[in-house]
Order: sequence, then C-alpha cells, then structure tokens
Amino acid sequence: MSTAPRLRRSWSLYDLRVRAILYQVLLVVAVGLVAWFLILNTTHNLEARKIASGFGFLDREAGFAIGETTLVAYSAADSYLRALTVGVLNTFRVALIGVFAATLIGTLIGLARLSRNWLLSRLAAGYVEAMRNVPLLVQLFFWYTVIADNLPGPRQALSPLPGVFLSNRGIALPVLHAHPAHAWMGAALAAGAVGAWWLARWAKRRQALTGQPFPSLAAGTALVLGLPLLVFLAAGAPLRIELPALRGFNFSGGMTLTPEFAALLGGLTTYTAAFIAEIVRAGVLAVDRGQFEAAYALGLRPRRAMRLVILPQALRVIVPPMTSQFLNLTKNSSLAVAIGYPDLVSIANTTMNQTGQAIEGIAIIMAVYLTISLAISAFMNWYNKRIALKGARPA
Amino acid sequence: MSARALNWLRANLFYSVPSALATLVLLALAWKLVPPFVEWAFVNAVWRAPDPSACRAAGSGACWAFIAEKHRFILFGTYPYAQQWRPGLGILLFIALYVVSALRVCWRPWLALAWVGGLALIGMLMWGGVFGLPYVENERWGGLMLTLILATFGIAAAFPLSILLALGRRSNMPAVRTASVVYIEMIRGVPLISLLFMASVMLPLFLPAGVSIDKLLRAQIAMVMFAVAYLAEVVRGGLQAIPNGQYEAAEALGLSYWRKMLLIILPQALRISIPPLVNTFIAFFKDTSLVVIIGLFDLLTAVKVALNEPAWSGHGIEAYLFASLVYFAFCFSMSKYSQRLERDLARGRRHILRED
Repeated sequence: MSTAPRLRRSWSLYDLRVRAILYQVLLVVAVGLVAWFLILNTTHNLEARKIASGFGFLDREAGFAIGETTLVAYSAADSYLRALTVGVLNTFRVALIGVFAATLIGTLIGLARLSRNWLLSRLAAGYVEAMRNVPLLVQLFFWYTVIADNLPGPRQALSPLPGVFLSNRGIALPVLHAHPAHAWMGAALAAGAVGAWWLARWAKRRQALTGQPFPSLAAGTALVLGLPLLVFLAAGAPLRIELPALRGFNFSGGMTLTPEFAALLGGLTTYTAAFIAEIVRAGVLAVDRGQFEAAYALGLRPRRAMRLVILPQALRVIVPPMTSQFLNLTKNSSLAVAIGYPDLVSIANTTMNQTGQAIEGIAIIMAVYLTISLAISAFMNWYNKRIALKGARPA
Repeated sequence: MSARALNWLRANLFYSVPSALATLVLLALAWKLVPPFVEWAFVNAVWRAPDPSACRAAGSGACWAFIAEKHRFILFGTYPYAQQWRPGLGILLFIALYVVSALRVCWRPWLALAWVGGLALIGMLMWGGVFGLPYVENERWGGLMLTLILATFGIAAAFPLSILLALGRRSNMPAVRTASVVYIEMIRGVPLISLLFMASVMLPLFLPAGVSIDKLLRAQIAMVMFAVAYLAEVVRGGLQAIPNGQYEAAEALGLSYWRKMLLIILPQALRISIPPLVNTFIAFFKDTSLVVIIGLFDLLTAVKVALNEPAWSGHGIEAYLFASLVYFAFCFSMSKYSQRLERDLARGRRHILRED
C-alpha cells in the first residue's frame, strides 16, 4: 500500500484501472454487436415469413377451447389475451395448492425421518430417495397413466372414502354447499387475524414494559377461530355438504378434479415434498442441542422453549431454501404442457402454433415467470434482513 | 427370538405408546399393500411373451415382456439395428468415464485429457463415417444413449463457461458484474421448458438466412445455457468459501489476476464445490427428460413412443416404472457418491484445521 501522492496520471495499458475500463467497453460493444446481429436477422426472417411482430394478436379471437378455467369464464370466441389470462390463473391455482400441500407433507416426512422409530424413519428416507432421484416428468407421466388409463370408468369408480370417487374421468370430491354466511365467516376470520396480530403486539409491548406475560398465542387462536364460529352459529349453522353422484356417464355435483390437474398436482406435491422434507430435517438438526438445554435451564417449559428458542433458529435455516423450493414448484408446473393441463406454457404454446408469434409467446412466458421469481426473491431478501442475527458478521 | 432382537425391537419400534401405534399402523398398511404388489410385479407377471396377447390374458400381472421386447428401442432409439453395438459401447464408455472421475486417485491433469479423448471417441462411434463404420446422422440417435449425450456434453460444455460467469459475478468491474448477474438471474428465473421452446422455435429466427442448426444441437444449446447459470452459482459458492487471506497472499506474491485464479483460488474453490456440482449434475441429468416436450428422442420419448404401438398400449405403469428405475440407478449412485465425498472432504478439512 503506497501512501505517496500520485504525481501524474498515466494512460498506460499496464495501469489496471485503464485495463478495467477497456475490458468493460469491449464487453459492452460485444454484447451490443451480438444483439444487433440477432435483431437484424430476426427482423429479416420475420419479413421473409410475413409475420407481423408486436402484441396486436392478443385482441384477436383465440378460437380454441380450454379444458378447465379458474375464476374467469372463457369460451373459444374470446381473445388470446383472455386465454393467456386463464393460463396464468391455472398456473397459480396448481402452484398455490401445491405449495400448501407440499409444505404439509414435506414437514411431516421430514419430522418422520428424524423419528426414533426405525420403521418410520427408514420409510421416510426411502420416500425421499425414491422421489428425488426420478425426474419429475417421468413421475407426472406415471400418475397420468395411472389415472387416465388404469382407473376404472365412472360406473365402477373406486371409493376409498365415502363421497370420494376415483375414476378415469378424474377425482370427484364432496364440497360445501355455498351459503352467504360463508363469506361473512371469511370476513370474521380476517378480522380475527387482524385482532390477534394487534393483541400480540400489545402483549409484547406490555411484557417489555411491565414484565407481565399475557397468553397471546392462546388468545389469538381463540380470536381467529372463535369469530368465524360465532358468525357460523349466529347464521343458524348452514352446513350442507354436496356429494358427487353418478349421473349417466359421469359424476355431477361436488367438485371434480380433471385427470390432468390431479396428476400434475399429485406429481408436483409428492416430488417437492421430498425436497422440503430434507430442508426441514436439516433445519431441525442445525439447532444445537445446547440450545434446548439452555432454554430448559432458564426454566422455559418445552412448548415455550420450542416456540421462543428452537423454532426461530430453525426457521432461519429453513425459510431461504424453502422459498426456493416454492419457486421451483411454480416453475415445474410448466411441465403441465406435457400432460395437457392448460397452464400458461401450454396455452402460450397453442397460441404460438396458431399465430406464429413465437417471440411474443416466449416473451410472455418468460415475463410472467420472471415477475414471480423476482417478487419471491424480493420477499426473501426482506425476510433475510429481518431475521438476520443482529451484530453477526455478514457472510 | 433372541433377547437381543427383542431389545432392539423395544428400543427402536416400541419405545413409547405413540411409537408402538405408529409401528402397528405401518405394519398393517404393509400387510395390505405389499402382497398385492408382489403378486402383480412378480408372481403373476408375464416375463416373456411371443406376442402381446399373452399380457392380455385374464389375471396376469405386470407385463415385463413389453420391456423385454422393447429394451433395444428404449436404450438406443431408432439407431440402425445392426449398428446398435456402437451406442451400446458408447453407454459403457460414458459409465467408465463417470467411474474414473469418481475415483480420487484419478483427480490428476490427465483426467481432463481422458474426458476429451473419451468424448471424441464417443462422437466418432456415434457418427461413424471413419474406419469402415457407416455414417449415422444424429436424427437417428436416441434412447438412453441420447439422454447420456445431452447430460454429459451439456455439462462438459457448460462447466468452463460457468467458471467464467462465476468470476464475472465476483468481478470488480461493474459492467462485467452486471452482465453476469442479469444473465444468471434471468435464466434461473424462468423454467427450462421456456428455454427449450426458445431454442426450438426462436433460434431459427435469430440466424441469418441459409444457416440452420439441427434439432439436437439446438436443444443442447438451450440445455447448456440453462446449466451454465446454475453451475455458476455453485462455483460462486466455492469462491466465496475461500478465505480472503488466500487472495491477499496470491496478490502479495505478485501474481496476475488469471494466474492468481488458476493457481491459487480455483483449485481450492472447485475442490470444495465438487459435492454441490455433482448434485447440479444429477438435477441436470433429470432435466434432460424435458426434451420429450420438443420431440427429441431421449429415453423418456422412446418409452412413450414404444407405448404408442397399439398392440402394447396400456402398459404405461410398467413402462414408466422401468424408466424410473433407469434414471434412479444413475441418480441414486451419483447422489450417494456426492454424500460420501462431502463427508470425506469435510473430514479432510477438519484434519487440516487441527494441524494448524
């Protein structure tokens, strides 16, 4: 390290800073040239093939039917834009349900793998190895062939539980018959959640000021569950379950999951659950045994020790890889195109085949997934900052 | 039953009431599920059949005769039948290369040469046109051999590029760093299938008139673009794990940037990245199955096409179980290897620390 003042600035190629600028200028020029070359070729090719570029095609009539739709109505006479919206919503539907189911199953399997019960932990380990080492696409084809080719027709449908029917037309499930009171129960649930959050804040502040503890977890749970229950009872307990029933050649009533949706959801869930199980296991193992002992030595009961000492530390290890698994599940839902579930990729693919607008179609797919990825990684960064150890050295 | 076995049972299966209940429930489930499966898969299975109708007979279980009939097609695709010893030898060569690379005594500079030689030999075997081997165009390559080609050539091409990209992401030059970050995050943010679509429908638009790239190479380019981003992140992890003192020591010796990286930093960084690199390779190996969507003839496509033959249709479960087994054999052995290596390397590092 020289502290001598620089006398003159030499623009020599041996000066590292000059070289750095030169390299970067070269890189920018090279990237620019490649981009220019590609754009030139592409415009030339598009002209030769008489394909008009731009997103004007989105307003045109799509003209193809979509097997299943979520939230918005769609018919073949609607525009491409609407068709793609249906695709995005279908992607969200399978991804959201998949994330919840995979987290639930994965956590159970991860804990099972840690169990002292030899049979249980061996089985969980076998599950994880079997799922992780076979490509997801093979598993999707497997589930699809099991449902669509190997289950009996609706008339001989299997019924493992009352009201649940498995047939080659899909899975028929009972649903709750809709009643206006259910919407009010949802509102009560939201109100309860807000109340519980406010209560927890107040209890924390009071404990910090006066040292008096408050059972905020129990009170919060009571609020979240109790308010909807009150509404439910006040409305006269409107509970009517609609069972699917065989009419003609198919089931009506209840809710039917198509074979494509069921295979995709089942495949995504069981596959991702194996990865989540490993994350949960690693997270629990990452917390030092001494932490349990220290918490007990402070006089904390096991449940409080778990909630106040162990879980916050385990979550610090678990949450980052978990969000990347959620992201993977969302991206993997694009394999729907292989078994015919109408997700974003499969509808964009149909659109590209019909209109020839390949660049726009792929740009739409990439833009949607990039938005989801960036949103999730923004959340991750926020969360990491929030839970980072105070005063720890940055890694 | 001996007392020791009883003790083991009590300590591991029946040590508490919930545990005993769990054990009993699992045993009951096994009692219900395992015998029918064994009956289907082994007892009533049809192993060899002169014609497909034997599998349609009442009460027959799994139709493994389908696999026996189609195994050449699943392994080699539509490669000319009389020449199929060539991809067969190629598969063995690939496995030999994997095994040799797994042995730590072989982690020497000549290993890189062995890879270059081995891959060249495989290319020569597959294409032919020399030494009296008839030429076989790559449209006819297929099956397991194509899966191995896509995975291995993909990683071999992506690995050097990924090192450059990882160095770029840790560079002090803002333009280089930004370009690397944008590339890595963009590729990691989109599904592989969108890159494969891009390669199959957009790449032809990017090229000047008259230039065309065949389907296999287009898919391979997309796979490489994809793998580069993921491998670069693994390599970056290795680079970050090297203590600053190593960088400073290399600079104190007056080494230039490239000599510092090549002689001091990368040998250490890549060594500790080997287990996660193997895991990335496993993921990549599984991901090659996606080429079925753009119609390339890999292992999974071969299985699907074999199922399309009406005489053999309806044996999807057997076919996909077989495909799963092949993928599992490769991925499971690699993942066991990576776990063992991780343990060994960790032990080595602890040893060094104790010596300090």
